[in-house]
Formats: sequence, C-alpha cells, structure tokens
Amino acid sequence: MRVKSIVCVKRVPDTEARVRIAADGQSIETAGVKFVLNPYDEFAVEAALKHKEAAGAGDVTVLSVGGGESAETLRTALAMGADAAVLLKSAGPLEGLAVARVIAEEVKGREYDLLLFGMKAIDDDLQAVGPMVAELLGIPAATAVTEFSVEGGKATATREIEGGSEVVELKLPCAITLTKGAYEPRYASLKGIMAAKKKPLEEKPAAGGESGVKVEKLSYPAERSAGRIVGEGPDAVPELLRLLRNEAKVL
Amino acid sequence: MAGIMAFAESRDGEVRKVAHEVVTAARKLADALGTEVHAVVLGPAGSAAAAGELGGFGADKVFVGESDAFAHYSAEGFTTVLAAFLKEHGCDAALFPASAQGKDLAPRVAARLGVGYASEATALDVGGGQVVATRPEYAGKLFAKVSFAGKPAVVSLRPNVFTPVESAKAGEVQKLDVSVNAADFGAVVREIRAAAEAKLDVGEAPIVISGGRGLQNPDNFKLLEELAAAFGGRAAVGASRAVVDAGWRPHGDQVGQTGKTVAPTLYFAVGISGAIQHLAGMRTSRFIVAINKDPEAPIFKVADYGIVGDLFQILPRLTEEVRKMLA
Ligand SMILES: Cc1cc2nc3c(=O)[nH]c(=O)nc-3n(C[C@H](O)[C@H](O)[C@H](O)COP(=O)(O)OP(=O)(O)OC[C@H]3O[C@@H](n4cnc5c(N)ncnc54)[C@H](O)[C@@H]3O)c2cc1C
Ligand SMILES: Nc1ncnc2c1ncn2[C@@H]1O[C@H](COP(=O)(O)O)[C@@H](O)[C@H]1O
Repeated sequence: MRVKSIVCVKRVPDTEARVRIAADGQSIETAGVKFVLNPYDEFAVEAALKHKEAAGAGDVTVLSVGGGESAETLRTALAMGADAAVLLKSAGPLEGLAVARVIAEEVKGREYDLLLFGMKAIDDDLQAVGPMVAELLGIPAATAVTEFSVEGGKATATREIEGGSEVVELKLPCAITLTKGAYEPRYASLKGIMAAKKKPLEEKPAAGGESGVKVEKLSYPAERSAGRIVGEGPDAVPELLRLLRNEAKVL
Repeated sequence: MAGIMAFAESRDGEVRKVAHEVVTAARKLADALGTEVHAVVLGPAGSAAAAGELGGFGADKVFVGESDAFAHYSAEGFTTVLAAFLKEHGCDAALFPASAQGKDLAPRVAARLGVGYASEATALDVGGGQVVATRPEYAGKLFAKVSFAGKPAVVSLRPNVFTPVESAKAGEVQKLDVSVNAADFGAVVREIRAAAEAKLDVGEAPIVISGGRGLQNPDNFKLLEELAAAFGGRAAVGASRAVVDAGWRPHGDQVGQTGKTVAPTLYFAVGISGAIQHLAGMRTSRFIVAINKDPEAPIFKVADYGIVGDLFQILPRLTEEVRKMLA
C-alpha cells in the first residue's frame, strides 16, 4: 500500500506574540513578531508522516499560500520529514475562501490519497479552509479529527463532537482537518534540518483567489474591568457568592 | 424573496439549545433588515416533532427535511439541501451554530455557493443594508468586523453569546423536499461514542469549572465535579492543557488555544496559572472567577473575582455554600 498526502500549512504569529493592529486598521503589525508553523498544521504533517511510514510507501507534499517568508515555514515541515514543498505566492494575506480557491486550483491536477489541514489557523481562527477546499474539489471531508486509519481505499476518522466523538468513514481521496490527538509532532532533527535544505521547494504565483469577505476594521477587545481579590481562603466564599448573585447577577 | 436562514441543529430528534440561540440571532437580524426567519431542521423521520418550538424564539417558518439518508449528520447531504434552499429563497444570511456540526457544515455551504464565511461570530449588525459580523481573531486578542462580498452572508455563532429570547412567531412547519441518496455520500458517520457519562460539553455549558495542575492528581477532579453538580446540571468541568497532557482529563475537556474556546456566563479557573494559551480559550467568558494560592498568578489579571488560597480548603466550602444558595 501507499499513502500519498498533501498537507496545507500556514505561517502564523507564535501563540505568545503580542498582536498589534497596523496603521490601516485592517491588518496586523508584523515587524518584530515571531512566526511559526501553525500548531494544528504540525499535527497534520505528523499524521501524514505516520501514515506514509505505516504504509511503507508514498510521499508527503506540503503546500502553503502566502508571501516569500512562508518558504521558511515549508522548510520547517520539510525538516520534520516531508518530501517536497510548494509555495503559492500571493501579494498580501488572503481570506479563507480565497485561500481555499487557490489551494483547490493547485491540488486539482495532483494525485493524492489524503489532503490534510490543521483544524484551524491560529491567526484568523476561521476553521474553514479544509472543508471549503473539500467542497470545491467535490471530495468528502472530516473536521476536528483526533486520529484516523487508512485502509482499503478508505479512511476511518474519529472526530470530536460535543460530549463525545463520532467515527466517520471516508472514501479516498478525502480531506481531513486535525486537532490535538494521536499525532504528537516530532521535532526536526539536525539531520532533518540539513536534509530539508536540499529538498525541492517549488514557488509559483497563487492563481484565482477571489475573496468572499473583507475585514473592515480590527479592534482590541474591551479591557476586562480590573478584577478584584475578594479575599483569602474559604472565608471569602460567602462574599464571592454574594457578588456573583447581586453584582454580576449570574446566580 | 429573501429571509434569514437559521440552521436549527438537532440530535436524537431534539432541537439543540444552540438552535434557540441561532434562531434568536436570526430574528434580530431579520427585524433589522425587515425580512423573515426561516429555520431549517434536517434529520431522520420524526424530526418535525421538535421543530414547532422554534416559533417561540422567532422563526416565521420552520422547514423540516426528513430523510433516511439523515439518520446521521452528513456534511455532503446537508450541504446539498441547504445550498438549494438558500438559492431558492435568495436569503440574505445563513446562520449556523459554531458547534462541531455547524463548523463542519457552514464552510461547505459557503464554498458550494461561492460566498464568504465568518466563523464564531460574537455580534451581528446591519450597516448600509448589509450584514456585518464581529468575530474574534488571534485567539481573542483582536476582534474583526467583517463584511460580505455576496449573498447569503454565511456565519456561525459562538455558543452562549446570543442569549435565547422568547418571541412568539407563527413558526409554521413546512415540509422540505430532500432528494439526496446516502449511497452518494463519500463520508458516512458509522458510530457516535458518548463520553463515559452523558455530560454537558464545556463548549456549550453556561457555567464552566476548569481545573489545572494545582489539583495535583486526577482523583481530585471530583472536587470540581461536586461543585458542578451543585449547580444542578448547568455546569461542565474543563481542564488546562497541563492536566490533559498528563492524561488526567480527556482532550475534549481542554480549554485554550489547542483546546476548546468557551464563552460561558461564569468561568471558574481553579489551580490554573493563566498562561496566554489558556486565556485564549476563555477570555470572552462573561464572568471569570479565579482560585489560586499564588496572588501573583496571571489568571488574576483577567478574573473579575479572585480568591487567594488553597483550593483544597476553598472548594468544599464553595460547593457547600452553592448547594445552600440554590436549594
Ligand atoms: C502551542 C501551545 C498551545 C497551548 N495550548 C494550551 C491550551 O489549549 N490550554 C491550556 O490550558 N494551555 C495550553 N498551553 C500550555 C500553557 O502554556 C500552560 O503550560 C498551561 O496552561 C499550564 O497549565 P496549568 O495552569 O494547569 O499549570 P501551571 O502553570 O503549573 O499552574 C498551576 C497553578 O496552580 C496553582 N496551585 C497549585 N497548588 C494550588 C493549591 N493547592 N491551591 C490553589 N492553587 C494552587 C499554582 O499557583 C499555579 O498557578 C499551550 C502551550 C503552547 C506552547
Ligand atoms: N495560507 C494558507 N496556506 C496553506 N494552508 C492554509 C492557509 N490558510 C489556511 N490553511 C490551512 O487550512 C487550515 C485551517 O485554516 P483556517 O480555516 O484559516 O482556520 C490551516 O490549519 C491550514 O492547514
């Protein structure tokens, strides 16, 4: 058997980053911000590698839509063990539907069993590109998957739902978006990092990414009003409940 | 024709609580645009029974599509039915809950129609006759106001943010033709596994009580379960990543950047330090209570009310007082 995967990965600000709104009010300041491979995409890369290894044959191609800097993100995935990378270069950041259109256009002509995504990109937090691409390609998809198996022309995926999980069977090729679960991402070894430098990284312009939404304005969340220490130890409990009932009016 | 479509999620023949929130939000939007609310329920035969109640939250009409193909949720099947419905009615907006099902389905519907999508919206407005959605980005560090290039505006709504409001509308139930065949689906749900005990999901509970490493071991989570029980079935127990990674609690209970985003009315952080990745999942809660022995713990910076001290002394007292108060 062989498992051929395409994994879509995004370059995003690190979770610790302080995010500041740029002068245009519609985008963020990128100077001085540390960028990383989207943590959920690490689960997807790991899943692709695991399934290729288990099958004993196949390959893993990582794909990103973004500016030239995204090459660095692709190299990170190559260092983890992906075989080849494709960078679809866009002039500026694209919104979800636009990205999905670019990815679908590129993937259409390719052969693959699995098209993998992170459950969400931690910058726009959209949780949509995976199922959108699946729809544009007319292939089945499962989202928020913690673990899946691949066998006999189908994938069987466990996805998180409220109060439990759901087991979905999908015909190949299919799209799967990953959340934290069975695929703890491996660290790139020094050897992996060296090898990544020699792996193919193809760059071409992003084609046909018309947008569906526009960000009109970004703003900071309302500051949470300065909290208050009600007291120390168990004796503070009655006062806490009094405040929750009479001031917050939630009980 | 126009209208606001409200997808009313159901499970086991019952409309879920998030459906009330979605219909309520649709009502408000429809009033602002001077149009009607069309609630849509999809499911197996018998789903119509529960649909009538949606009129009570502001649905003018409730369309029910029953089919053997919908014994379980099907992204492909539901997309086909909803996309056709939205086209036929020329809806201005299509609202979904930001639940596991809504977030799986809504982007597919948007892509089928070639229109934009905004997820996890916390507010909906009308500006110049157009729908504008407000949604968190960067784990709630920013909020974006988003406009839509085409119609319908497809939006999923963060649970617990749009409080259900009763508003008696006709809620006239109509049959929706479903001409899909399960044999055409590329993805099929084979099994639903409920968690050990039927419990409220942290993503949807109005009260969430989360525990962190300060609980010291998995058995001590019973202190949180007892407090949750004292709230009489309105509370769910959540966890920080530290304790999920340690295997004390399932990942489905994790709150934060790589877990669930929750926005309950009341959030308790017990023995949780308040790392930025944890805050990412709970900072939009309406009220936050922190219990921590370290007065310098960052969680106190976002908490509305804090108690400094040993959780092992505070929790039993809290559970006892809550029981008394709500008795
Ligand atoms: C990419 C990435 C993603 C992440 N995603 C998440 C996520 O989704 N969710 C998440 O939670 N974290 C996440 N983290 C981890 C996060 O950085 C923290 O490590 C984690 O939240 C810490 O968990 P904790 O607060 O339970 O433990 P700790 O930080 O160890 O805090 C324990 C707290 O308990 C208090 N305490 C101890 N004993 C008592 C007592 N007897 N009584 C009262 N208080 C007591 C201590 O004072 C301390 O404040 C992520 C990290 C990264 C890098
Ligand atoms: N610009 C991009 N390039 C490649 N993949 C992307 C891009 N944006 C999103 N994705 C993929 O889609 C997933 C979900 O992103 P989102 O819908 O934006 O939350 C991510 O985890 C990636 O796998």
